[in-house]
Formats: sequence, structure tokens, C-alpha cells
Amino acid sequence: MPPARDVAIVAFAQTDHLRHTDELSEVEMVMPILHQVLSQTGLKTSDIGFTCSGSTDYLAGRAFSFTMALDGVGAWPPISESHVEMDGAWALYEAWVKILTGEADTALVYAYGKSSSGQVRDVLTRQLDPYYLAPLWPDSVSLAALQAQALIDAGDTDEPALAGIAARSRTSASDNPHAQLAGARPQGEYLVRPLRTGDCPPIGDGAAAVILAAGDRARELCERPAWIRGMDHRIDAHSLGVRDLTDSPSTRLAAEHAGVFDRPVDTAELHAPFTSQEVVLRKALKLDDSVSVNPSGGALAANPVMATGLIRIGEAAARIHNGTSDRALAHATSGPCLQQNLVAVLEGEAQ
Amino acid sequence: MSKEPVAVVGIGQTHHVAARHDVSIAGLVREAAQRALADAQLTWADIDAVVIGKAPDFFEGLMMPELYLADALGAVGKPMLRVHTAGSVGGSTALVASNLISSRVHSTVLTLAFEKQSESNAMWGLSLPVPFQQPLLAGAGGFFAPHIRAYMRRTGAPDTVGSLVAYKDRRNALKNPYAHLHEKDITLEKVQASPMLWDPVRYSETCPSSDGACAMILTDRAGAARSPHPPAWVHGGAMRSEPTMFAGKDFVSPQAGKDCAADVYRQAGITDPRREIDTVEMYVPFSWYEPMWLENLGFAEEGEGWKLTESGVTELTGDLPVNASGGVLSTNPIGASGMIRFAEAALQVRGQAGEHQVDGARKALGHAYGGGAQFFSMWLVGADEPAS
Repeated sequence: MPPARDVAIVAFAQTDHLRHTDELSEVEMVMPILHQVLSQTGLKTSDIGFTCSGSTDYLAGRAFSFTMALDGVGAWPPISESHVEMDGAWALYEAWVKILTGEADTALVYAYGKSSSGQVRDVLTRQLDPYYLAPLWPDSVSLAALQAQALIDAGDTDEPALAGIAARSRTSASDNPHAQLAGARPQGEYLVRPLRTGDCPPIGDGAAAVILAAGDRARELCERPAWIRGMDHRIDAHSLGVRDLTDSPSTRLAAEHAGVFDRPVDTAELHAPFTSQEVVLRKALKLDDSVSVNPSGGALAANPVMATGLIRIGEAAARIHNGTSDRALAHATSGPCLQQNLVAVLEGEAQ
Repeated sequence: MSKEPVAVVGIGQTHHVAARHDVSIAGLVREAAQRALADAQLTWADIDAVVIGKAPDFFEGLMMPELYLADALGAVGKPMLRVHTAGSVGGSTALVASNLISSRVHSTVLTLAFEKQSESNAMWGLSLPVPFQQPLLAGAGGFFAPHIRAYMRRTGAPDTVGSLVAYKDRRNALKNPYAHLHEKDITLEKVQASPMLWDPVRYSETCPSSDGACAMILTDRAGAARSPHPPAWVHGGAMRSEPTMFAGKDFVSPQAGKDCAADVYRQAGITDPRREIDTVEMYVPFSWYEPMWLENLGFAEEGEGWKLTESGVTELTGDLPVNASGGVLSTNPIGASGMIRFAEAALQVRGQAGEHQVDGARKALGHAYGGGAQFFSMWLVGADEPAS
């Protein structure tokens, strides 16, 4: 069933993604990009019907970390607002649903993460099953390495192919002024076998913001709106032992519900922090070589945790805005080894 | 296109206690979810999506616990959303779930909120370290006590009003089998003689720290028609936020709360809340917040809220019963407390509140707030399907 209203992404902005931003608070990081998306559309905070953000207390190391970010929004007079403790892609989903109800015509979505505040590999172990898995502290790279080895054992990929994904992504990122790692570089030593440094995402800080608008409002605010033709998200079981790590049924299911397979896409922005995860996603999404995958460089070029997924949607939308794509797929993920996945289909009107 | 009407057809709670040592976090949430499914006479297969909420993840030491809880909540292969809007989160979570139905994205949604506070120490979990907050603010009580003082000074309310609220809510809790505190020998004198924690808030005027979960099944008009029990219909719902601190902020009666209530009343066609709403489940973690919210929500003129409390209007037998369930003062699994307010309001209009049922309740308000009195979520539920 098509969505009840036509809703489009009409503006997108992101920070430069950096290894450290010690001199910036979260508010200081978020505020410039909020101003950018507002100025792109000419909207003021008071014109926005709904605001939704995504972030996690575990990166900030303190409870209610998102409350201070409201200062960057300028929530006065009071605003209709919500927050998900998830990647900003899911904040965008909540905002999209809000517009579909008819209660709002525009929405501001933002997400941010400062991985530099702690040891992100260790921090992410805290999202594992607290009784059976988290006590072992298996870090995010080790879990991704398990998945990569499963793919190699299944004959789905090999180390040279993974190196090819790494090189292609960072070469693409040469055109991305916000990327943390731009330009191809050596694969480096094994970080956790079979994954080398080059197979892993950079650790860094960053933020992103998007404005959504419905129908004619979108046409007023943007020359070529990126219409959300479908969006869905699904979750797989948590326990790695009950999952086939070489596949992503939740991605495929979300793609089916989002209408990905109705017609071919020309572009795909995939949230694959590890090279091996692109292999899984390409398979689940049935992407062939005709599709331009991660022209931004993807998560291998910049991975501000909690914003990376929203950036995929923003990057896909930006390519529709500038006319280089007519139908793009955007994907976001959360949890160990691609446990939870969101897929959106964006389209531009005929040029 | 008009919105799809939303109905509450299933409600489940755990028996809230200080520590549920007998269950895991997964076991706790599953217990509430299964009770809600049983109430709706539905199975896991009938659920299209799951929307879960809780307060800070540090309370259990588990980052984004929805990932681990997907299996226990039957969410595998389904959409699962995790909301976090501070203390208002239980209410916000229900509203996000409600929007999934009113937008016609889904037909039947399980929404759930929980907190298992025995896993940590909530008071210190809420006390941000320097430099995020000035020292000497121990827990939420330390933050809110000065604003209560401001209310007392502004209105000239007698010192005893807070104890009346606590005495009422703790007695109401005796009629609610799910409530955490069952103080059978409670007296007004005992409340008034309890130790002072954060002047003017005494120990017995403070919420407990609870383990608990609350779940609801929300569905569309077709789902409501199949409901084995009378549904509660959502007549209006809204969220409002304002910054934590800024020059001119009114901590006693925040503008975001007034705006949120006004939005809900507009949606529900309420022009005189005091006359048209039969009962309120409001978020009162410290006794004095009852008279404060009575004013903020438009049930009393400014400065007059305490008079409703003092004259017994908010008693279970009064003409505007507030927190018939015993409220947050008797049960406080923080992340779930807002949803418990929403669910108790729904129980009232379904006529299923048992011993704490308000006679003839047809319209009820559920209210939650959080952060520095800055995040608000509310819904108004009715026994009748709203006129579209």
C-alpha cells in the first residue's frame, strides 16, 4: 500500500566528521547543521511542525544527554518533539509517520554522536544480551570479524574482494568534503582476523540534519524534492547463535515492504560499517553492478555512530536533489552484525 | 484524509515491586506483554509492530536494550522502535505507537515501557556528574524541591497540602493490586512525621523506586470491533518540549505543559476540562505536583489547585479523582510510569479498574512529564468512539 501522503526530504546537512571534537559540546556540533537545513529551505524553527532526534546516552556517558541538544533547536516557544534512542534514521521514520497522520506538514530530524568521548568498541558491547553475551565483552570489530569469516567460509567473498570494497568506498569519498577518510589507502594489518584496518570504519564524531515536508509544501521548499516512496524497518533475533550471519532477512523484508523490488534503483547508500557487511546487504537487496553503491564513501569513510544511518538517507536524497539519481535506496542499521535494518526508497520527479 | 481512530484493546502490567529478583529484564517485559495480549485475546502473530520505551539506559547498564529484547517481545521480523523522552517516555511511547495506527501504517501495535531499577541506583543515575550539573543536586527531588517552594510561596498554599496528596495516593494504592507500595497502616500523621528529604518534600511524599513494566495493545477501528472487552478510544494525544533552563522559564507551570494540554483538549473537543473530564492519571512523583499540575492542565485557575486537593475533590470519591491507581507516588518504574498513567486512564473508561474504578468514568486524561519539567506527553481516552 502506498503511503497515505507524499512526503519528501527537502534539505540535508552534515558536519565534517572528525576523529576528535574535544572543543565542541553536542549542542555546538548540532547547531550549525540545524541552521544549514533551515537556511536551505528558508524555514524558521517556529515553522517546523514536528522535531525528532536520535542519539544515545552511552556515547555521551551520561543520562538524558539529548535534553541539552534541545538548546540547539531553540525549543521556545515549546515545540512538538520526540527522541529515539536509535540511529537518526529511525527518528526520520518517526517523523515521517507523524506527517502521514496529517498532524504535521514539516519535520526537522537530527542525530549526533561523539564516539571520541570513550572507547566505542567497548561501549558497543553494552548493547549485547546482558546475561549471556555482554559479560564476555565481545567488541564490535570482533563480532563483525565473525560475520566476515562466515561469509568467506560460505564462499560469498574473500579478502581481496573485501579490500576492493574498502578501496572503492574511500576513492568515492574523495568527492565528499565531509568524509573522515577520503582517498584509497593501504588495507593495513589485521585488526581482528580476517578484518584488516581498511575493512573497518573510522572512529569519529559528527552530526546530520534533515527536513521533511509533505506535498506542495515540499515543492515550495525544494526544487527537486526526494520523495519517500516507501520506508520500512525490521529486526532480527539478537542472539548470534540463532542467526545466519551471511544473510540479512530483516533487510530483505524491510526492502520488500518499502517497495525496493518494484523497480530498479540507480543508487544505494548502504550503512555497512565493515566491508563484509556490504556483501551481506548487496545480497539481501539484490543489488547488481549497475547500481552505484555508496557514492559518498559510506560508513567506511565516516562513521559518526547514531548519525551514520541518517546520513545514508541524506546522501541518497542529496543525489536526487542534484539530479544525479532518479530512484535511490537508503539503508540504515543498528545492533551487532546488522541485527536491525531500515530501508527507504527515494525518488525524484522526471527532469 | 482523516486519521484512523485508535483504540486500546489490551492492557497488562507486572506487579510492581522494589526488586524483581525472580525475572530477567526480558522476563519482566514479556510478563506485561503477555497480560496485554491475554486481555485483548490476541497472540504474538496478531502484532504488526512493537514500540518500546524506557528512561536512561544507565538504569539497567544496558545500551539500547530493545535489541536484546526483540526475541522476548515477539518482534523478530517486525518493526521495533525505541523511544526515549526522559520521564515522559512512557506516554510518548504510547503516542508513537498510536501514530503508527492513525497514519494507517499498521493495524495492531504492541507498545510497552519498563524499568528494572533494582539493577542500579536510580537516584544517583539521575544525578549528572559535574560539569553537566552543579554539585549538591541529589536525585530528582533535589531538582524539583525549589520549584515546589516557589509554588507554595506564589499561592500561599498551606504546608499540609503535600501530605494530603501522599495520604490519598497511598490509600488509593491499597485498592490497586499492581501498585508497588501497599501501606496498610498509613495515616496522615505518619506522612507528616516522616523524615524531611528535600525540604519541603518528606520521605512519604516521594515516589518509590520500582521494577515494573506496562504494555498496551493499540488497534484500528476494525481491530476494536473484534475486541472481547470494551475498548478505550484515543480522543487526542500530544507531546510538547521546551529547553531545560532559560531566562523566563516558569518551572512551576511550564508553558510546554499548558500547550500540550491545550492541543489534546482541542483534538478531543474539550472546552471545560474540570467538568468534561471524569478522572485524571497525572505524573506526580512528589506530592506537591498534584496541585501544580491541576493548574497547569487547566483544572483549576492559577493559584487555586491546592484548594481542589484540600477540599477532597481529587479523592477517589471526589468529583475529579486524581490518580485513583495510587499514581507515581505508589509505583515508579521510571520509564514505565508515564505509560502506566496512560494505561490506567484507559482502564477507567473501559470500566476495568476494579476496586479503584471511578464510577461512571467516560473520559480520562493520562499525563506524563520528564526532564527538568520540560517534556510533556498526554492523551485523552474515552469510552465512546470519537466523532470524526
